[in-house]
Amino acid sequence: MVHKIENQYKEILNQYMQRQSEQNLYVGQNFSRQLISENISPEEVISVHKAAMQEIYKDLPEVVWHSFDFLVEMMINYGLALQERQSLLQRQEEIRVEMDLAANVQETLLKTKLPTLDGLDIGLLSIPARKMNGDYIYFISDAEGHAGIAVADVIGKGLPAALCMSMVKFGMDSLNHSPANPSEVLGVINRVVEKSIDDSMFVSMFYGRYDAVSAQMTYGSAGHEPAILYRAKTNDFSELYAKGLLLGVSPAATYEEHTVQLEENDMVIMMTDGVTEGRTDQGFIEREVIFKMIEEKKDEPAQVIVQYVYDALERMQNAVLSDDFTLVIYKKV
Amino acid sequence: MSNQSSVEILTEWDIVAARQLGRNVAKELGFGTVDQARITTAISELARNIYLYAGQGRIEIQQLMENGIKGILIIAADQGPGIPDIRKVMEDGFSTSGGLGAGLPGVKRLMDEFKIETIPGEGTDIRATKWLR
Repeated sequence: MVHKIENQYKEILNQYMQRQSEQNLYVGQNFSRQLISENISPEEVISVHKAAMQEIYKDLPEVVWHSFDFLVEMMINYGLALQERQSLLQRQEEIRVEMDLAANVQETLLKTKLPTLDGLDIGLLSIPARKMNGDYIYFISDAEGHAGIAVADVIGKGLPAALCMSMVKFGMDSLNHSPANPSEVLGVINRVVEKSIDDSMFVSMFYGRYDAVSAQMTYGSAGHEPAILYRAKTNDFSELYAKGLLLGVSPAATYEEHTVQLEENDMVIMMTDGVTEGRTDQGFIEREVIFKMIEEKKDEPAQVIVQYVYDALERMQNAVLSDDFTLVIYKKV
Repeated sequence: MSNQSSVEILTEWDIVAARQLGRNVAKELGFGTVDQARITTAISELARNIYLYAGQGRIEIQQLMENGIKGILIIAADQGPGIPDIRKVMEDGFSTSGGLGAGLPGVKRLMDEFKIETIPGEGTDIRATKWLR
C-alpha cells in the first residue's frame, strides 16, 4: 500500500513540477485528504516526498536531502498531536454516548404523572439546555381533587445538577399520596437536600397545591422564581410571591404559604429562571414580553400557550438555550 | 541476539548522547529515516522524564531478534520518586496540554510495545520496543 501511495505521490508531484498549475495543486490537496483518511502521518508524507524527489531529481545537492531528514524530525511531534487528537475525538464520542444513556435514565427516573382534574387544564414543557435536565417538575395528585405541583431548579446545570435532582425526586416520592401543605412539603425537601447534597449545591423550588373543589391554589416558594397569576377578568398579571430560603441552606428554614382563589380562565404560570433569564443581543428578555405572548394566546389550551412561549423565546435567542427551560401553566376552565 | 549498551542520564546533554546511541543502533538494524526519528523521539522523551523528574537514571538500548525479526528495545530506568498516578500520566492530554511534549502516551504510540513498572519511592522502569517490518 505504501508503495502505491509513493507512486501516486510521485506522479502528482511530477505533474506539478512541470506545470505549477492550480489544477495540480487541487489534485494534490485531494490526495492529502486521502492520506489523512489512511492515517498517514506528516513525517511519512515528508519521507514519501523525499523519495519521490530522489527519483525525479537524482542530481540535487546533498543538503537538500539532509533538509528533508531534518523536516521529518520536526514533524514527529505533529504526527503525535494528530494521533492524540484522533484518540481524544474517539473518547469524546464515548462520553457523548454515555451522556445519552444517562439522559435516558434520568428521563425514566424523573417521570411524573400529569393529574387530570375537572376544571383544570395543565400545560407543561421542560427542555434541558444540555443533555441532562437540572429542572424538575413533579405532580402529586389524589382522588379528593388535589393537584400538587413542584417546580424545582438546581443552581447549575448538566450532570451535577441532574444527579442532585434525583435527591429531590426521592424526597417527593416519600410525600406521595399525601396532599400536604406547601410549607410542609418545602420543609421536608429542605431537610432532605440539606442532608444529602453537597454544600455548594442549592435548589430552588415552587410548590403549589390546587384544590379542584374550591378552585383555590395554595403555594409556597423556596427562593424560586415567583409564579405569575393571570386574571382573565381584568386581563392583568401579578406575582405570586412567598418568602422562603433556597433548599439546602439551613435545616431550620421555614416556608410561608398563601392561597389565591382562581376564577374561570385564570392562569397560574410557573417557571424556572431559564424562562425569564433568556438573553438576546439586546440584553435580558423582559417579563412583559413573555406576558404579552401569553396574553396573545390566552384563549388557547394551556399546552398550546406553553409551546408558543417556548417557540417564540427560542427564536428570539437564535435557538440557543443558555439554561434549562421549564414552564407550567395551570388554567382554570 | 542481544546486544546492549547504555547511557547514564545526569545532565541535559546526556539526553543527546542517548538519542545518538539509539539512532546508531536503529540505523545499523536497518530502520528507515522516519522510524529512526520516532525511536529517537521516544528516547528523548524517556530521557527527559528521567532528567526532569528522577534527577538521574539510565537509558539502555538493546538489539533484539525474535522469530527472525529484528527489533530495538529501549529501557529507561531510574531510582526516582516513581509515578504516583500512572493512569493519569498514560491519559491523552495530560502531559501535552501543559506543553511538556509527547508524554508517555506519545512514547507508546511511537513504539510497538510499551511496558511500565513504577513503585512510589523506589523508581520507574520503562521498556519500549519497536520491530523492523
